[in-house]
Amino acid sequence: MIALPSIPIDNIVEELGLEVIYCHDSRPLVVTTSDINRPGLQFAGFFDYFASERIQVLGKVEMTYLETLDPDFRLQQLDKFFQYDFPCLIISRDMEIPPYILELSKKYNRCLFRSSQSTSSLTQRLINYLGSALAPKITRHGVLVDVYGAGVFLMGESGIGKSETALELVKRGHRLVADDAVEIKKVTDNRLIGESPELIRHFMEIRGIGIIDIKSMYGVGSVINNKPLDIVIYLEFWDDSKEYDRLGLTEEHIEILGVKLPKIVIPVRPGRNLAIIVEVAARNWRLKRMGYNAAVELDNRLNALIQQNRGE
Amino acid sequence: MISTKVRIMHDSGLNARPAALFVQVSSKYDSRIWVEVGTKKVNAKSIMGIMSLNVATDDEITIIAQGEDAQEAIDSLTELVDSNFSHIPNCK
Repeated sequence: MIALPSIPIDNIVEELGLEVIYCHDSRPLVVTTSDINRPGLQFAGFFDYFASERIQVLGKVEMTYLETLDPDFRLQQLDKFFQYDFPCLIISRDMEIPPYILELSKKYNRCLFRSSQSTSSLTQRLINYLGSALAPKITRHGVLVDVYGAGVFLMGESGIGKSETALELVKRGHRLVADDAVEIKKVTDNRLIGESPELIRHFMEIRGIGIIDIKSMYGVGSVINNKPLDIVIYLEFWDDSKEYDRLGLTEEHIEILGVKLPKIVIPVRPGRNLAIIVEVAARNWRLKRMGYNAAVELDNRLNALIQQNRGE
Repeated sequence: MISTKVRIMHDSGLNARPAALFVQVSSKYDSRIWVEVGTKKVNAKSIMGIMSLNVATDDEITIIAQGEDAQEAIDSLTELVDSNFSHIPNCK
C-alpha cells in the first residue's frame, strides 16, 4: 500500500500564515502536486482539464468575476466546482468570504483558508513550501558533516568509526549536521538536502562514553541544521585483496533517490587519521569543482615530458 | 531478506534503556538489521537511529534482517521484545 502524500493542516496553516475559515476535520490534506490552480476558467463553465488535484487559489480577479455573474448561474458553476475533490481553497488578500462560498464549503466538506498576502506572493510561497514538503524522503544510516562548506556524507558499517571521525572533524572546526540517522530530501532533480531527525538533532553516540550533545559541548558554531549532500565517503575495513584508488583519475558514483553523487571509498586501518583524510577529500572535491584536478594535472605533465623525450 | 513484526509493550516505548538493549542484541549479529516504523527505516545497530524513531508503547515495529545469521538475529530480537526487555537472549 502506498500512502498518498499528505500534509498536516496545522503545518500548512502555520508555515504560510493562513487563517482557517472552515475545515471540518483534522485529517491531513492529501496533496499530490506542488502546482496550484486559479479556477477562473472553471467559474466561467469550462471544466475540461480542470486540475482538481491541486490546491485552488482565489485572487482578486476570480472574486470580482464571481460578483459580476448572475446569482443563479454563479451558484450552478460553483456547485459544480465544489463537487470536485480538491485539497483546499485559499482566498488571498484578506478578502471577505462571500456567503455562497462558505455555504458550499460546508455542503461539500472542503477546507477553506484565507491569507493576507497578495495572490502572486501567496502562490509563490505555496509552490515553494509544497515543493519542499512533498519532496521524496529517505532515512539513511551515516553521518553528515559540513567540511569547508562541502556536505560530506560518511557511510559504512556500524562500528567503523563514523561518529569518531565526525567528532574529530568538529574539533577541527567543521560542523555536524546529523549523526547515525540522516533524513535525506530530494528538493530538485539534482539536489539532496540532509538533516537530522528532530529528536536526536546534534546528539551523538560515542562508544564507551555514551550520548553526548555536540551543541552544548562545542558551541553553536559546531552544528548546522541542514546541508546539501555533495560527496559520499564510504569507510570500510581495509581489505588486502581489494585494489584501492591510487590516482583519483576515475570517479565512482552512488545514487541516492536517483541523484548521482561522487563516492570515495576510504579503507580504514588503525592509526589512519580519518578526519584529515576526509578534510583532504573535501578540499580536493572543491578544487575539482573549480576546475583543477591534481591527478589530471600530474598526468598531463608526465605526458608532456614523455612527448618531449621522444622528440629528442 | 527476512522480516517480522513485533509490538512494543514496554511502558515507556523504545526509550533510552530498551533502545540500548535492542541495539546491544542486534550488534552481536553479522547480518545487516533494520527497524522500520511507518516510512522510516533505520539501522538496528545504531542507538541514535532507534531513538529517532520515537516508538511509543503499543506501537508496532518491523525488524528486517539480511545475512547469514538473519534468522537467529530476528529470533533473539523478537525474544527480547516479547520478554518486555527483561530477558536478554543468549546469543553467540
